[in-house]
Amino acid sequence: MTLEMQRPRPVWQIMFSTHHTDVGLLYLITSLAFLFLGGALALAIRVELFLPGSQFIADSMTFNRIFTVHGTTLIFLFILPFASAVGNYFVPIMVRYKDMAYPKLNAIAFWMIPPSGALIWLGFADFTWYATPPYSIISAPGPAADMWIFGLKILGISSVLGAINFVVTIMKCKHPDMSLGQVPLLAWSFLSSSLIILVAIPTFAAALLMLLTDRLGVSGFFNPAMGGDPIAYAHLFWFTFHPEVYVLVIPAIGMMYEIIPRFSRKPIFSYNSGVFAFVLLAIVGFSSWAHHMYATGMSFTEKTVFMVGTLAAVPASAMHVFNFLATMWNGRIRFATPMMWSVGGIALFFSAGAGGVVNAAMPLDFTTHDTYWVVGHFHLFVMGTIAFGSIGYLYYMFPYVTGRMYHEKMGQAHFVMSFIGAVLVFYTQHVLGLYGMPRRVYDYPAIPEWIAMNQIATVGAMLIGVSMVLFLANMIHSSAKGRPAGMDDPWKLGGKYYYPYQNKNPQH
Amino acid sequence: MYIGVVVALLVWVGAEAWNVERLVEHVPEDAEVIRVTGQQWFWTFEHEDGTTEVGELHVEAGKAYKFEIVSTDVIHSFNIHDYVVLMDAVPGRVNTVWFAPTEAGEHDIQCREYCGLIHYNMRATLYVEEPAA
Repeated sequence: MTLEMQRPRPVWQIMFSTHHTDVGLLYLITSLAFLFLGGALALAIRVELFLPGSQFIADSMTFNRIFTVHGTTLIFLFILPFASAVGNYFVPIMVRYKDMAYPKLNAIAFWMIPPSGALIWLGFADFTWYATPPYSIISAPGPAADMWIFGLKILGISSVLGAINFVVTIMKCKHPDMSLGQVPLLAWSFLSSSLIILVAIPTFAAALLMLLTDRLGVSGFFNPAMGGDPIAYAHLFWFTFHPEVYVLVIPAIGMMYEIIPRFSRKPIFSYNSGVFAFVLLAIVGFSSWAHHMYATGMSFTEKTVFMVGTLAAVPASAMHVFNFLATMWNGRIRFATPMMWSVGGIALFFSAGAGGVVNAAMPLDFTTHDTYWVVGHFHLFVMGTIAFGSIGYLYYMFPYVTGRMYHEKMGQAHFVMSFIGAVLVFYTQHVLGLYGMPRRVYDYPAIPEWIAMNQIATVGAMLIGVSMVLFLANMIHSSAKGRPAGMDDPWKLGGKYYYPYQNKNPQH
Repeated sequence: MYIGVVVALLVWVGAEAWNVERLVEHVPEDAEVIRVTGQQWFWTFEHEDGTTEVGELHVEAGKAYKFEIVSTDVIHSFNIHDYVVLMDAVPGRVNTVWFAPTEAGEHDIQCREYCGLIHYNMRATLYVEEPAA
């Protein structure tokens, strides 16, 4: 599995390959490209909000389009494909099978992503990543809105195909000598997140079709002028996308389960509690969707039910955190770059979860809902936890993908700057939300506290931006000219550890 | 064991939230009704006596008010952050929320749900006045 870059091949050979590491490489490069594109949009948003008034974005329509495409890109075109990249590389090897269960389906699932990315970016819709009806039906300009709907539709199919492939690979293709209780936790994370996808996505797929026909004027599911109800869309959307939050976060946690024991030079503290927490999250993830909708006029009973359902997810997340801490406890920890990103990710995961308890408590939610608090809160998950876990894992798999070592000092500088930046941006945004600044605003009144906190957040975002340039330089330079990695033990951790992916897939 | 601590904390948060929300949702019976209409991109307020205000709302300190919130086009969210008043204005529905200002002062009213082009400036001002003697 030490591969592509070591033995140069024409690009088309990789592009038309169905081999799992080739498809994984395609996923990897695509997702990173969208990470940088989406990140650039984030910087544009932050610069615009540095001061009240219009800075360099000409009008609010452009601004609205930018934050819509920013969110859509990073969730659907960075986080999900990146997880698929890792899954493609590692899941077949971890279950000791020669490839994914359906290699051609695997390649098809990948090749749905570039066209949908193109639809989303060429359309540049403005109705937020939630496609809020009835705005999206009666006000949002086409064809951007329709292109977004088709883009998401294709991505949904791609996700479902990928999920089927992972479930079959793990359940049916694992080596007969291997029981499900011996499958590494990373593979378990893909099993549970794929099962969530299979249950959750069809709802949103239906909602998208209904949204499209509403836009065409032939139906009125979500259009009150035709007797529909926009709140029905909210239920359908969040029934998919609250569980989807766990689809995003569970693989990142799985990646940390690979890194933390290895760099602590101890076995994982409790394999069983890891498995249990994954399965528990996959189930209780479905009991909390309407906590996004407390302020839509829900009854007291509904709110209570969904508050309890939301709080029920916290112990499962806490089990992961305790598991990581107990694994590191008394370990001979080596803080190489992947370990730094994982530990930083766990710290931010914890603070994100603590903020989530505040949101779930219904009276407090009316202070935080739709303010910058929420922006800070979910960015601590998607950036602080998921992107940190993913980037750490990228450093970790770098030697296995390229056969070369990344520049360690630059990797560590990347982490330190990103971590400080993330704290500056997202913690500050929590406080900004408590001061009442709504999200998704192009401009804001000159309230001194708002200005100060927006400026702190922008400085933090710039710090992350600079660190990402370092990251890009490191990846490009090291993949071509880095020193060759010692493939048996790239970080010289010593000891006898289980590297399921030391060599090219031995089954192939 | 540690999980027990976490669960205990969560139970406490949940019970406390349930209790507070129950109290907050109890609307006083003598509350005056104000009809709030959100549309792209301004707020209209209609008092019980028929007076209508656009972009500003005058109320008296010491009285309770119940807002009946509607929208004529897309979803908005009626928000007086200083009094933690937040409720979506959903077309086709009437949502209610109440508050009772205690002292005279000026507060911002804003829209907190994305509603399009001028969402960022869909603002109004709340004037809480001393009760007329």
